Amino acid sequence: MNGPATDTPASSPADVSPEALLASIDAARGQGLAAVAAASTSDELAQVESGLFGRRAALGQIKQGLGSLPPEQRAAVGRALNEAQQALRAAHAGAADELAAAARREQLQREWLDLTETPPGPERGHLHLVTQTTERLEDVFVGMGFTVSEGPQAETDWYNFEALNLPAAHPARSMWDTLYLDLGERTELGDGEGGEASNVVLRTHTSPVQIRVMEDQPPPIYTICPGRVFRRDTADASHMPVFHQIEGLVVDRGISFADLAGTLEEFTSAYFGKTISSRLRPSYFPFTEPSAEFDITCVICEGAGCQTCQRTGWIELGGCGMVHPNVLANCGVDFEEWTGFAFGFGIDRLALMRHGIDDLRDMYTNDIRFLSQF
Amino acid sequence: MKVLLSWLREFAPIEGDPAELADHLSDLGMAVEEMRILPSLDGVVVARVAGLRPHPEADRIQLVDVELPGSVGEGTAGALQVCCGAFNMSVGDLVPLATVGTTMPGGLEIGERRMRGQLSQGMCCSAAELDLGADAEGIMILPSEFELGAPLMSQLGLAGDVLYDLEVNPNRPDAMSVAGVARDLAARLGVPFRIPVPVVSETGEDISTVASVEIIDADLCGRFGVRVIRDVTIGQSPLWMQARLTLCGMRPINTVVDVSNYVMLELGTPNHTYDLALVPGGCLGTRRSSGGERLVTLDGSEREMLRGDGLIVDRDDRPIGISGVMGGENTEINDGTTAVLLELAWWDRLSISRTSQRLGLRSEASMRFERGTDHELVPIALDRFCELLDRVTPGGVSVCSGRLDGRGDLPLVTRVRVRPARMSHLLGRPFSADELRGLLDPIGLQCAVLADDADGALEVTIPSFRPDVETETDVAEEVARHYGYQQLGRTVPRSPEPGRLTPAQRLRRDLRRVLVGAGLSEAMPNPFLAPDAVRRAGIDGAEPVRLLNPLATEESVLRPSLLPGLLTAAAYNSSHRNDTVSLFEIGVVFGPPPAGGADDTAADKTAAAVLPVETEHLGAIWAGGEAADAVHLTELIAAAFGLELNLENANDLDGMHPVRAAQVLRGEQAIGVVGEVDPVVCERHGLAQRCAWLQVSVEPLLAAASAAAERPYELVSTYPSSDIDLAFAVPDDVQASQVRSTLVDSGGDELRSVDLFDIYRGDQMDPGTRSLAYRLRLQADDRTLTDEQVADIRQRCIDAVEHAHSATLR
Repeated sequence: MNGPATDTPASSPADVSPEALLASIDAARGQGLAAVAAASTSDELAQVESGLFGRRAALGQIKQGLGSLPPEQRAAVGRALNEAQQALRAAHAGAADELAAAARREQLQREWLDLTETPPGPERGHLHLVTQTTERLEDVFVGMGFTVSEGPQAETDWYNFEALNLPAAHPARSMWDTLYLDLGERTELGDGEGGEASNVVLRTHTSPVQIRVMEDQPPPIYTICPGRVFRRDTADASHMPVFHQIEGLVVDRGISFADLAGTLEEFTSAYFGKTISSRLRPSYFPFTEPSAEFDITCVICEGAGCQTCQRTGWIELGGCGMVHPNVLANCGVDFEEWTGFAFGFGIDRLALMRHGIDDLRDMYTNDIRFLSQF
Repeated sequence: MKVLLSWLREFAPIEGDPAELADHLSDLGMAVEEMRILPSLDGVVVARVAGLRPHPEADRIQLVDVELPGSVGEGTAGALQVCCGAFNMSVGDLVPLATVGTTMPGGLEIGERRMRGQLSQGMCCSAAELDLGADAEGIMILPSEFELGAPLMSQLGLAGDVLYDLEVNPNRPDAMSVAGVARDLAARLGVPFRIPVPVVSETGEDISTVASVEIIDADLCGRFGVRVIRDVTIGQSPLWMQARLTLCGMRPINTVVDVSNYVMLELGTPNHTYDLALVPGGCLGTRRSSGGERLVTLDGSEREMLRGDGLIVDRDDRPIGISGVMGGENTEINDGTTAVLLELAWWDRLSISRTSQRLGLRSEASMRFERGTDHELVPIALDRFCELLDRVTPGGVSVCSGRLDGRGDLPLVTRVRVRPARMSHLLGRPFSADELRGLLDPIGLQCAVLADDADGALEVTIPSFRPDVETETDVAEEVARHYGYQQLGRTVPRSPEPGRLTPAQRLRRDLRRVLVGAGLSEAMPNPFLAPDAVRRAGIDGAEPVRLLNPLATEESVLRPSLLPGLLTAAAYNSSHRNDTVSLFEIGVVFGPPPAGGADDTAADKTAAAVLPVETEHLGAIWAGGEAADAVHLTELIAAAFGLELNLENANDLDGMHPVRAAQVLRGEQAIGVVGEVDPVVCERHGLAQRCAWLQVSVEPLLAAASAAAERPYELVSTYPSSDIDLAFAVPDDVQASQVRSTLVDSGGDELRSVDLFDIYRGDQMDPGTRSLAYRLRLQADDRTLTDEQVADIRQRCIDAVEHAHSATLR
């Protein structure tokens, strides 16, 4: 802004009386204040600024003439001059603030917005529940030191059955209703439908991936195999011909049944929470021995007994057991040196349980009203 | 498998709370699916029929005077009067009477009521009404020794009995019998188990004079036991037997059939009875069919045998039964039967399994033979049959002396070397030899210490009723079962390597999240298609892979593309008033096995060459969307993974819009298609609007993404940049991406970005051309570009575009 008045020697009329000077100071002050008051915008205020301050302004010129006064008269005039200048500065600053504030107020009024009247913006998409569940499961197992293995969905009879200790015509093959592919080549493999079958099936479980892993890499193996599996089942509330499973395989030195029980318990509490625990019951699978059924505390009633668990407090989750020596041998693993366990359960059912979905088919209609809920 | 507690107790002194016993059974691997404590039905009592009178108003009901100690009713001489729709009883018979106030097993409450004006003070019950038998027609006639007025269930010994419905695993043939379940449970409870020796008084002639047996194919039949029983009268079995059979899920038929079933349930030994008079010379033989033979089985259907099926044949080699599956009609027991030829055999498991599966004849018998029956029980079960038939036949029967015992190939006795150290290793807890013996001996796995065995191993002799136990590992399961799965410890092994996803697995997750962020939702359409769905989606090319045994024609081929499934999903939503959905799927599509691969099948059944080719695709559909939606997603994916993907306009792409489609290129490699779906295809699926579509092969995409993941940092320049705008008139047959690429190539190091910011077609342009306006940002890493340098680059770019594309600067 303008600098303070200083004693600058200047030429000025020599015969100016102090009285006359005081009067003109008074007049300049009055005019200045009027001009400030008249400014109605910041721009107008800026325009009058040069008439108020500086050398060429009325007060500035009077100040320049101050030097010609006798020293004893200078003080009184100088004081009046300073007062006038300060009054103008104060008035100007006050007016500037007020005008800026008014301008801001006006601006804000123009910008007023009801934020609730915003039209909808872009929507986010949704991962399928099966994907969400699979990833959650993978994350738990990865945290426990497992890798994730994948394999083909169409498999040879060897990988899906024979290598798993299920030779052709094994009665336990009827535990799975198998879908066979028609690739021209057909063999007699007893599929329960007149004995005609082909050598290639849609995998009925993800166990073939376990075989492929054992063939491809030496132990130790700690892996899970999530994926899509197929059964010749008519779709109903709890069955689909196409669904998803996760299996786990551990092969290492000194692996025992206790390791299986402990691993499943660790998984159970990591996935379902500390209040849910697991138990094993004897069962039968051709590819494991000893075999077990794997139950968890009912997640609805937490073991108290309810309709979901048929008052038992337990829900059947899946199957498991120690890998059968024949399976290890089929994969070239020495079962005296290495032992292992495997387990498996359905992914779809976990998704249903988590969200209280009654009908499995709902998950596969691809209705956006279903998909967008999760 | 249903078992009654009272029946189990005939083999071992099993005591305890029914629910606790159920827990033991489950823990032993015989999961209790249902436990039913039989009601005492105190209101149903033994009453005597004192008189029978016709109902004055109705022909189909009669009035029964029922005498019950201590009751005075409206009937003759103070008896209770009951209206009854059955006419099978006579005066003096004992019958079950449901007294007023009784709640029946079905929930019906008995009240005093009038039927056609006559008072009925209770209900006379049939076996079916009491859940004790099949007969719903007649009233149960009770044995005369029953105590008048006593509750029926306690007279039958059933009150408070417990019925367990067990789920028996396929590897437990022993548990397919009452005796086997009792053996396992007794071992768990530490009480003695014993199969009582049946008592048979042989009063008939020597069996060898009336019957003979010949095993022709020894590999089919390991043992063929025969008994002959004379003086048989076919009648109804006693109530206790009918009740047990009914409760265990079998329908009582007549004495002979009931005894046959009873022995099968009790000992797990299916058996078959012939009318001796219908089997010439009582001669039975068994052999495999040579194929083509025909036989009418008990169910009345004619069956044709295949080569290898097991047959029972008569003296003239005519088939009279299918081994272990079903008997023939021509020798069936009938009301006139007086002599029974009883067969109790041991069959080869696989033969029975194959034949019963092929014929779709799965019976209680075949189910047991498939799992493996106990050949050592053959004589005991034969005798048990005779003992029971004698007991249930009024006046008894006469049993011919001796049994026929034909022998074929029986499995050798299995002896398994069991090392305590191995058991401990497998089960994760130390087991001593003594401990093992303590667990195994009670279930019939006899342990002997092997002398001088370095491992201190036991030799375990496997009993004939456990054909499933063959190896040391199988024994481990028995040890674990009887020790208790829950009692074994819990330890957590640790992988020497950290757990992780592979780069491709991580990137696949990233890809899904890019898609979700772009507003698409993940669908999972059916991978099975109808054969014409492929053509309907505009896809020509190779024939899709077919299923051999599809559930339905609509689901009989494997999808060669994700397009049909996502179109169906979009159409489904459209028909539910959601017609602007955007969906994606990451899934496998199938193609035929590589050419020439199928020839190698015989050589190597594991060969990948025989498998269909599986390719993982990303498919994305925007119902009501335009090509730009799909192009933008392509760019977004490219940007997310730091890739360069190029588009090359193309027509004639499968299922794609004829003039709004392009191939997606990664370098020279085509990895997908982008654009809009052929409007004809949309219409066929009932989709009225446009559909944008993107399909990309996931594997090359993720491989490129993986390679790009570690791209080096490019320094951000601190010097000022300059923008220049260039608009060209470009012929329509030149792709904008080509112009862009020319600009990039000619701009040099200082060209930092090229953005197409305006496209104009219209009056001011020559026909067949459009204006493409690009903004170029120029910047150097080490200096401020001078006006002259900027002008140079500008000119270079203009010259290059004009020269390469017959374009002109506007």
